[in-house]
Amino acid sequence: MKLRHLAAASVPVLLLAACSSGGDAADDGPVTLTYWASNQGTSLDHDKEVLTPVLEDFTERTGVEVDLEVIGWSDLQTRIQTAVTSGQAPDVVNIGNTWAVSLQATGAFLPLDDAAMDAIGGADKFVATALETGGAPGTDPTSVPLYGLAYGLYYNTAMFADAGLQPPTTWEEMVAAAQALTDPAAGVYGMALAAGSYTENNHFAFINATQNGAELFDADGNPTFTGDGVVDGIVRYLDLMQDAGAVNPANAQYDNASFAAADFANGKAAMILNQSNAGATIEANGMAPDAYGVVPFPAPQDAVSDVASHVAGINVSVFGNTEHPDEALQLVEHLTSADVQTTLGRPFSSLPVLKDATAAFTDDAELAAIFTEIYNERSAPLPLVPAEDQFETTVGKAMNAMFATIATGGTVTADDVREAMQTAQDQVQASVG
Amino acid sequence: MATTTPAAPPVPAPARAPRTAPARRTRRSGWWLPYALLAPAVLLELLIHLVPMLTGIWMSFTQLTRFTLRDWTSAPWVGLRNYQVALDVDGAVGRALLESFAVTCAYTLLVVGTAWVLGMAAAVALQRPFRGRSLFRTLFLVPYALPVYAGIVTWNFMLQRDTGVINHLLVENLGVLDDRPFWLIGGNAFASVVVVATWRLWPFAFLMLTAGLQSVPDDVYEAAAMDGAHAFRSWWSITLPMLRPVNLVLVLVMFLWVFNDFTTPYVLFGTAQPPAGDLISFHIYNASFLTWNFGAGAAMSVLLLLFLLLVTGVYLITLNRRSRRA
Repeated sequence: MKLRHLAAASVPVLLLAACSSGGDAADDGPVTLTYWASNQGTSLDHDKEVLTPVLEDFTERTGVEVDLEVIGWSDLQTRIQTAVTSGQAPDVVNIGNTWAVSLQATGAFLPLDDAAMDAIGGADKFVATALETGGAPGTDPTSVPLYGLAYGLYYNTAMFADAGLQPPTTWEEMVAAAQALTDPAAGVYGMALAAGSYTENNHFAFINATQNGAELFDADGNPTFTGDGVVDGIVRYLDLMQDAGAVNPANAQYDNASFAAADFANGKAAMILNQSNAGATIEANGMAPDAYGVVPFPAPQDAVSDVASHVAGINVSVFGNTEHPDEALQLVEHLTSADVQTTLGRPFSSLPVLKDATAAFTDDAELAAIFTEIYNERSAPLPLVPAEDQFETTVGKAMNAMFATIATGGTVTADDVREAMQTAQDQVQASVG
Repeated sequence: MATTTPAAPPVPAPARAPRTAPARRTRRSGWWLPYALLAPAVLLELLIHLVPMLTGIWMSFTQLTRFTLRDWTSAPWVGLRNYQVALDVDGAVGRALLESFAVTCAYTLLVVGTAWVLGMAAAVALQRPFRGRSLFRTLFLVPYALPVYAGIVTWNFMLQRDTGVINHLLVENLGVLDDRPFWLIGGNAFASVVVVATWRLWPFAFLMLTAGLQSVPDDVYEAAAMDGAHAFRSWWSITLPMLRPVNLVLVLVMFLWVFNDFTTPYVLFGTAQPPAGDLISFHIYNASFLTWNFGAGAAMSVLLLLFLLLVTGVYLITLNRRSRRA
């Protein structure tokens, strides 16, 4: 049914585009770029307030005007799909960095070859793992990192001190601490998870599988979700609720990380796994910044890799059919310049995507250092294949269902996980062809 | 052509009475006028309905994915392959579609059936005038008058496990249950979506049946009462047959709406919809937009359209035959 909506939307647009072709005097007058920015702040208006001075600086410096539109997350992917189809696209657009290769496959974005990369300040200025998210390996990327985010394990310092516990450095220590701090009668659990969020769930499927040394796709881009390392990683994560009993079953309904952050701030959970921008939510729920600490999400003792996060965040792309590629690249250069990164770091709670930059999202130097280290040294990009976004939806939603089973009194065995991964893999394979 | 005797007029002939001399003159010289006046409507109808529908059907025969979306008019032709994938119940895609179809069938039967029973009961109860009747009528129509989104989001709040008013009522106030059940995940999710959809739909049945009941003359009931018919008997033998034309349309419209329902699961469950709430429109939306498989999504849409056409056709033919026989 929705497909008809797409067609209904695109056909008149195409007709109008055909009617209005010709007559654009691109060389006359000042150039105006259209920029679609994803929502990063507390509201769309907040984003506009933050970005407007930054874009005015750009206009002052280059004479290029920027027409800004801030787009909410729930609409962004559909808006980009429509823009790709209709050709009525902005010049510069924000994308979720995990979609980068999926979007690259459409061929709608400007490949950033050496010359283009030089125009935006050179590939060397970016954090290496962050830049890897920009496109499939061995191709010219079609996006570069703009705002960085990484997962960390937040822990309540007072609860840990009272129980005589140290912040965990291994998975085993984390589970032991979580169990020690769980008291269902008092409504307190060792951990809170966004167990009903398919985006959070697929991230932890990836991180746990990567710690096991497992890959989610083979070299040809075919899914390998049923591998032992992947299944074991997912079982390990599910067991925080099922086996360890350290997670409130009610978390199976948390479809957003902010619910877990609120439980943490209210003292109902001793630990949470959240991205580096969780501070605002935690503080908004009444927890002081000095009441919690952060350590990297720990791997099991015998883990193959100590990866603690995927490379999370936002990338910026230039649409291939822009009439002003040079000016569009100038805007990308501006947005990824050291000054703008510092300006935007605080309001958007983002980590700098530039090498050697200092995180501006917090006054706590230790916190900034830990997240910078996780982002720069201990994060890995989600699979860099076109079907990556299908991994997110199929595996993430399968995990939602498995958490629901556990929460409603059922049991999920390793075989159940393997069967669910087989279904997810078959679905992805059907569209990969 | 316009000057010859109109043996087979190209436009509906005007009523006989106003066939005055000036009218005839207008008809001769301005035969094109009705077409000209109709043209914008026809053009818009084509643009709004037909073109997208035909585009959708065409898409279902193409491999329209992320790789071909940019130049979507030249997406490779794959014939019936999308249909094969959608109908292959041994494959993951076909199996998921079949499960979604089964859930949707059960959902439709329960929602339409319950909404009809409730609507009929309320319409009959409010048929006779009594004090406060208009108050009840207004109250009954509230769910129908509320903005859909606001209504369903409120249900979402009420059905939350820990903070929702429903569990509060069942566990704390009434003590019916010891443990708070989940309503929006797991097996209960199906019951929840059925209840919410029924709540939204039944006032429509009530409204239509109330309107229908106005057309049943009181003296028929009086005659039946004189003959000693009980309330149920007069409902069965008078109300139901008299409401037949209304019911014919009502049930059909409700069936089509509920089978295609997208809003209820979309708003009630958000992106975290449980398998028990994976209704078919939502399923197709996910297949198309979340996995960029527009060709397969279009094929599923066409299959859904064919199924609905088939059911509608069979329904109308069967009931028309029965009423002719009656």
